[in-house]
Amino acid sequence: MIVAAILAGGSGVRMGNPDKPKQYYQLGTKPVLAHTIDKFCAHGQFDVVLVLCPETWLQQTRDLIERYCPEYSNGVHVAAGGQSRTDTVLKAIEWVDIHCEVEDDSIIVTHDAVRPFVSLRIISDNIEAAERFGACDTVIPATDTIVASENAATISEIPDRRNLYQGQTPQSFKLAKLKEVLLSLSDAEKEILTDACKAFVLRGEPVELVKGDIANFKITYPHDMRVAHAMLGVDEC
Amino acid sequence: MLNCVYRLVAPRTFEPIQVEMDSAKGNVLVRPTHLSICNADQRYYQGRRSESVLAAKLPMALIHEGIGTVLRDDSGTCKRGDCVVMLPNNPHEEDPCIAENYLRTSEFCGSGYDGFMQECVLLSPSRIVPLPKSINKNVAAFTELVSVAVHAVSRFGMFSHSRKNTIGIWGDGNMGFIVSLVLRAIYPAAHLIVFGRNAYKMEDFTFVDETHLVHEIPKGIAVDHAFECCGGEGSSQAIDQIIDTIMPEGTVSLLGVSEQPVLVNTRMVLEKGLRLFGSSRSGRADFAATVQLYQDNPTILSYLEALVNQTYAIESISDMAQAFEADTRKSMGKTIMEWNV
Repeated sequence: MIVAAILAGGSGVRMGNPDKPKQYYQLGTKPVLAHTIDKFCAHGQFDVVLVLCPETWLQQTRDLIERYCPEYSNGVHVAAGGQSRTDTVLKAIEWVDIHCEVEDDSIIVTHDAVRPFVSLRIISDNIEAAERFGACDTVIPATDTIVASENAATISEIPDRRNLYQGQTPQSFKLAKLKEVLLSLSDAEKEILTDACKAFVLRGEPVELVKGDIANFKITYPHDMRVAHAMLGVDEC
Repeated sequence: MLNCVYRLVAPRTFEPIQVEMDSAKGNVLVRPTHLSICNADQRYYQGRRSESVLAAKLPMALIHEGIGTVLRDDSGTCKRGDCVVMLPNNPHEEDPCIAENYLRTSEFCGSGYDGFMQECVLLSPSRIVPLPKSINKNVAAFTELVSVAVHAVSRFGMFSHSRKNTIGIWGDGNMGFIVSLVLRAIYPAAHLIVFGRNAYKMEDFTFVDETHLVHEIPKGIAVDHAFECCGGEGSSQAIDQIIDTIMPEGTVSLLGVSEQPVLVNTRMVLEKGLRLFGSSRSGRADFAATVQLYQDNPTILSYLEALVNQTYAIESISDMAQAFEADTRKSMGKTIMEWNV
């Protein structure tokens, strides 16, 4: 079984708020989230497509899927995410455990809803890498020099850029292994955890790199939304 | 759905452009898997079309020869995972007399409209033809080119008189090879003679009866009908030679594309009562006939395998440029892009 978990957690502010999560912003004729769902559904290799959204947005998310992804709405499930990214991934695992028959080799592909420009190639490569390695992370080579600072005032290290990559999503895993690794984390480890791949690294588990794409960027700031509109040739933001 | 289209924006320059694809119900969503580069694509890529044509047609995604996998089909024609050949011709009307590929209102992918260099292609169910599962995908990638030959040979059957003892094919390139192959299958008893400029290329035409260099044609040789598959600067010389060599009332099938007007010795065309007809592109019936031909004559596929010159795994813009550059250096054969974007 192959599961897509589209992470649309973000902050759970109510609709009408100008600071609403970016996945609900309109990009072209659809919300960002709907574009991401379209891509995963069109890929066609997923047995389950699960969207994890803020609890306060559950019904609106279902409505949006029905309106903007009608051809796929019957096959897309919606569940509430958690407080943190890790919690949301754990909620996805919990949902799958309850509603599906998980097998030893089941795969889960986790993806940020706010990366609508993910390509079919990246999704396919993730599934293959997760099947092969048990875990994979989508990355692109770092283009900026990365500077490390221990005290936020002076440079403590400038790592060799040739060894550095910028993490994107999807991140994909053997579902059973992901559950085992995440449940083994201490509270202290959870605090420093920014994504599930790091949990694998903490446990010494190998994580394969999948080639990402600069187009697969994350819509985080208003500026990103303008870039996304420009990529689509949409004038108004 | 957001779809990445890889458009040629200027000669030798591809750019990825995101477009919102209309996923209107009743259409088929196809993910291209194997794309084949044609000389027509190269003319755009290298900027060998006139400035006015380039200005009018670019930016545009190239490639009109390709196959893909069905991702979704609301029409029920195919199921997910089926391998299909994509038809580049998109007719907007039906005419009882004029074939779809000659209607002036038809659109053609890679010539004024985006071709198949896309992440996904949305096609009407009539614009796909299913392929057998076991088919060699690198060969199937240039089914469109084979269908053009099938179309020309089928029109030849309609226009020519019944004596088809000897058929001459001018041109030792891809089109000459494929036309000869299709003629061999459709007219197995015909004596096929190929006329070309390159002895080393004609050595590979092992299924024809005779080959001759165009500057060493034996005296007294004559053909009932002829196919011109040269194009470019070679068209003029080939047509001249055909008119000299062909028997009266023979049919001359013109397939070679030339950017320049070609002089034709009309005096001898009149004297011999020749019929000259042109063929370009193909329609759905030709694609279906081509796939049927593959199934009825599997050896055709073996011969076509010899045309697969090089294959390139494509995941990025630089891979695309590399494949097109390599294709410019080949002397014959087809460059196939294993499309994974």
